[in-house]
Amino acid sequence: VVEVLDAKTREQLCFLDKVEPHSTIGDIKSLFYKLYPRWYPARQSLTLDPKGKFLRDEEILQSLPVGTTATMYFKDLGPQLGWTTVFFAENIGPLLIYLLFYFRVPYIYSDRCAFTSSPHKVVTMACVCHTFHYLKRLIETIFVHRFSHGSMPLRTIVKNCLYYWGFSAWLAYYINHPLYTPPSYGEVQVHYAMVIFAICEMGNFSIHLTYLPAHALIRFPVPSKNPFTWLFFFVSCPNHTYEVGTWVSFSIMTQCLPVAVFTVLGFIQMTVWAKGKHRAYVREFKDYPAVRVAIIPLIL
Amino acid sequence: MSAAAQGTSKAAHGDVAPKKKKGPGALATAYLVIYNVVMTAGWLVIAVGLVRAYVARGSYHGLYYSIEKPLKFFQTGALLEILHCAVGIVPSSVVLTGFQVLSRVFLTWAVTHSVREVQSEDSVLLFVTAWTVTEIIRYSFYTFSLLNHLPYLIKWARYTFFILLYPMGVTGELLTIYAALPYVQKTGLYSVTLPNKYNFSFDYYTFLILIMISYIPRKSIGRLHFPLQKSAIRKTGYTG
Repeated sequence: VVEVLDAKTREQLCFLDKVEPHSTIGDIKSLFYKLYPRWYPARQSLTLDPKGKFLRDEEILQSLPVGTTATMYFKDLGPQLGWTTVFFAENIGPLLIYLLFYFRVPYIYSDRCAFTSSPHKVVTMACVCHTFHYLKRLIETIFVHRFSHGSMPLRTIVKNCLYYWGFSAWLAYYINHPLYTPPSYGEVQVHYAMVIFAICEMGNFSIHLTYLPAHALIRFPVPSKNPFTWLFFFVSCPNHTYEVGTWVSFSIMTQCLPVAVFTVLGFIQMTVWAKGKHRAYVREFKDYPAVRVAIIPLIL
Repeated sequence: MSAAAQGTSKAAHGDVAPKKKKGPGALATAYLVIYNVVMTAGWLVIAVGLVRAYVARGSYHGLYYSIEKPLKFFQTGALLEILHCAVGIVPSSVVLTGFQVLSRVFLTWAVTHSVREVQSEDSVLLFVTAWTVTEIIRYSFYTFSLLNHLPYLIKWARYTFFILLYPMGVTGELLTIYAALPYVQKTGLYSVTLPNKYNFSFDYYTFLILIMISYIPRKSIGRLHFPLQKSAIRKTGYTG
């Protein structure tokens, strides 16, 4: 027998008898959903203690520390979107927004510049690179990534989208501006940057392809024959390292301050993520290579 | 305008709050007392300076010049309060305190100091007066709280005067920024235009307008802070 109370008001929301002992939390959530159709399972948080951690969907009722009547507390997590949807939204925005600026859609720049194109080759190359980067991310989202949690709250998604979309608009505005100034060292600067960009994108893609099931690994990732994976000798999260490299090269390629700002902020965020992952690896695997650091070889 | 009481803990909802959740150590308390006493004294100096200048001139125009230096010194000194929160000797949020202090410092340096033409505006006197009275009360409130001997008068003054001083300060600040706009536009102060090597631009004029707009949400939240805190304290009977 399962009794579900509201975590805040403690009023009884439902009383489920005839629940099999080997049912999972997921099953209970489905039963709850039948009684309260607006709270689909993804937005339910069930806990054994009003302030405790939420129970995972896979947990089995009879393995929980409850008596004949299990009392659980319900909290509404708010509207949820699947991670694939979230990543898709976060990445389709920058891709399309940048193109709006590249093609100089009216009302962005002065009227006589509408639908014109920049005389600088680097501007077109930058557009190709930026578009390629986000196309790659979209493809990875659909075909490569497997996410652990089911969903993310709506507010986080709005915040993330505002950040990515806003920044891409800001940097696209300057790169595609009629008064854009090409890099100080000309073609040399642009070409070197493009090479590094390509290497980092390939590196990032290799790492994602081979090493990114999102649930706990049986073994930590190790370098393989693929040279791009040799970064694993030095860092726990080479995908983040490559991503930082991508954006640094893009900053150099465009010589645009807003791009550099975006790169720095991204670097900070990715370092936080990488350090977390690194700590988790070190905790879980006693033989984790000591030379490895989180994101920047030998430094960070 | 001001963050939660320094050196004392926020009242816990529903149950009787302990005297201090995790008070600063003895050394930190001594430092904070000195800091708050110095700040109280500083703002008193500004208050006295204003009164003396008014009496000497017979009018309230252009009083800014008589207290310009202590105002800059003590208002900028308040940046230390961000450090206090970051280090943990004061139980306030770094972000919240940061926003408040930086907003003041911005107005002092980036608007009033930078745009000479607004310094003779009456709106400057308006916010300076509001700030002065508020800060004298606030810093003495903290001093007494730290010494665990808060006279009811100070607490009452803090929450009551706020009702008048907050809108007074906000009005003065907004009017001053507004007065600065034409000069900023004319001189291109702090602005960067295209084309340039780093492909970046910044229009200080537009930025100031955005700041003015941001006052609406920011100050409405701030406006609610004290009444909320006051009713929370009243509910729990915590008298600090």
